Amino acid sequence: MALSRLSLRSNRFLRPSTTAAALPSSIRRHVSTDTTPITIETAVPFESHLCDAPSRSVETSSAEILSFFRDMARMRRMEIAADSLYKSKLIRGFCHLYDGQEALAVGMEAAITRKDAIITSYRDHCTFLGRGGELVDAFSELMGRKRGCSNGKGGSMHFYKKDACFYGGHGIVGAQIPLGCGLAFAQKYSKEEFVTFTLYGDGAANQGQLFEALNIAALWDLPAILVCENNHYGMGTATWRSAKSPAYFKRGDYVPGLKVDGMDALAVKQACKFAKEHALKNGPIVLEMDTYRYHGHSMSDPGSTYRTRDEVSGVRQVRDPIERVRKLLLSHDIATEKELKDMEKEVRKEVDDAVAQAKESPVPEPSELFTNMYVKDCGVESFGADRKELKVTLT
Amino acid sequence: REKMWGILRQRGIDGGGLSLRRTRSASVSARSYAAGSKEMTVRDALNSAIDEEMSADPKVFVMGEEVGQYQGAYKITKGLLEKYGPERVYDTPITEAGFTGIGVGAAYAGLKPVVEFMTFNFSMQAIDHIINSAAKSNYMSAGQINVPIVFRGPNGAAAGVGAQHSQCYAAWYASVPGLKVLAPYSAEDARGLLKAAIRDPDPVVFLENELLYGESFPISEEALDSSFCLPIGKAKIERQGKDVTIVTFSKMVGFALKAAEKLAEEGISAEVINLRSIRPLDRATINASVRKTSRLVTVEEGFPQHGVCAEICASVVEESFSYLDAPVERIAGADVPMPYAANLERLALPQVEDIVRAAKRACYRSK
Repeated sequence: MALSRLSLRSNRFLRPSTTAAALPSSIRRHVSTDTTPITIETAVPFESHLCDAPSRSVETSSAEILSFFRDMARMRRMEIAADSLYKSKLIRGFCHLYDGQEALAVGMEAAITRKDAIITSYRDHCTFLGRGGELVDAFSELMGRKRGCSNGKGGSMHFYKKDACFYGGHGIVGAQIPLGCGLAFAQKYSKEEFVTFTLYGDGAANQGQLFEALNIAALWDLPAILVCENNHYGMGTATWRSAKSPAYFKRGDYVPGLKVDGMDALAVKQACKFAKEHALKNGPIVLEMDTYRYHGHSMSDPGSTYRTRDEVSGVRQVRDPIERVRKLLLSHDIATEKELKDMEKEVRKEVDDAVAQAKESPVPEPSELFTNMYVKDCGVESFGADRKELKVTLT
Repeated sequence: REKMWGILRQRGIDGGGLSLRRTRSASVSARSYAAGSKEMTVRDALNSAIDEEMSADPKVFVMGEEVGQYQGAYKITKGLLEKYGPERVYDTPITEAGFTGIGVGAAYAGLKPVVEFMTFNFSMQAIDHIINSAAKSNYMSAGQINVPIVFRGPNGAAAGVGAQHSQCYAAWYASVPGLKVLAPYSAEDARGLLKAAIRDPDPVVFLENELLYGESFPISEEALDSSFCLPIGKAKIERQGKDVTIVTFSKMVGFALKAAEKLAEEGISAEVINLRSIRPLDRATINASVRKTSRLVTVEEGFPQHGVCAEICASVVEESFSYLDAPVERIAGADVPMPYAANLERLALPQVEDIVRAAKRACYRSK
């Protein structure tokens, strides 16, 4: 990311790099909590549809940019750890990884509160983490353990965190879109000044139910923000093969839209902030986040039969979201290379510890097979495979 | 009566829904002025149930095609828009997948939607949301996300509406763990079960019957009370008997009762069970009855293969085999899409004589 202009409200913390390197880390460390506002220009301009794009100048702070780095590093390591757990067969079934798309999760969180709602697809591990989910709960869930965020009963595609207004984790492509509009409906019904971000991919962007839900959201002025995470491939199908019009931010037709560099956490933050203000006043808006996933669609997909390895490594070199933030931190003297490397080591240890802890968690009790079917069981019977052998009355 | 309507209407315009919080629906109040024992149509029963639950809980709202300004395609939601306003009664576009998903999302967030399908045939356009977004959520989230939603509307055959508008979905929905599936017969069933469904914290599929809407049933004072509720998962013995058990639901309960009258003339005492609840299925009541009579006839309007009757028969054969004195009997809709011609339609649906014949077979009586 090329930084064109940098304006500082105060230059007290702008040190020439030589002096910075000489200072012991115990004195430098306070920079990570520095919330003095700084403004950064996004590298790529926003493209808008039926609205005026927000400014490219994003208000942030050293503390925030550092938190982006740490949070994205944690998300990255989590997904890489999940990859190896899957290959060791400790994770079964489907495992859809988000590495490459981390900027979206952290940028969005920076713009909103935990009372704004988020709902997404099956590629939900990092979104869960962004909402305050714990690493050990994520790994436990992936490995089908009791400690998992869904007690081991959901799996990779069904992470939830209701107390942070994260409504999952959905396996059916596109279903989360009307559900998200429903969450927005409830926010409006309850007269709360919060919004819902409903995330979906370029594959889901062609679903009929998207247009049905968006029509209702626009008619009823629901505070719904539809976020298309355009990673350019719906499983193995590139956007040019699946969408007659791949300008996803314009597909809302009468609904305004914004196209955003989804690999730039600050641009994501700006867009989400803009979208929230818009949705509260004017109803739905579509955000298209231009992003990329390094892994294939899922762990069953090598991701190399429909795209070249050069393309993947090219994106990694030029657009990686973590590297961009690293460069930003270094060029603004917010942190040194060593500090960032140390931070990455800490994150790596955090993740490794969480994996170890998760491995210790037991599998759910057999009786859990029959729990949580209903809130109100009313003496319902349920059966195992051999109903004469296993019959349970739910209470 | 008109004066009362006039007063209520005026209040609706001035004060909006909240000021009418504790008022009973006009149709109920009007009825209580009629002399003699009380009767109520299924339509009024459903309308009053929704009205009372909306009055009691501001989180309850109604959504569907034509439910508001049109007063409901079958007038079940008549008067509700006027009484509660457009923030409680929502007319939707003809987009089942979209509005059902929106309803389920609203339920995730704690509201209590009553989603109407103009008929359950159209629910197929939204079935992914009913099953995958609603029924399974509490389980997949280990109890974090419950879905207090009601999906209601007419189910099964009407009269002359053809193949695409006549299917019964009881078997489909009742096979899904995580759903509750109810099927009222009488006005009392309609009131008690719908109120229970709206109050229930889990997703409920509420299967009504278009041809029953206009039928009147006697109704008790208890059933007219705004706190009245029927338990979910409990069948009702409509008629006591000792020779054969006839189990059914919805419109077929009326046919079974007629069949029982005919059988009584021939000395066969039939016990008629109205399921009320397809899921949970009241196996205890069914089996207790069969253990008393030793004979079972199950009746449904829907397609015969993999139907509700198949489940009941299997349950009885598994649990009460040694009590059976005859093979179990199934009377169901014909194994064909619903034809239009009146004579063919009649052949495609169970008739009273079919139930009588099956009961006699179970009693080893020839025609």
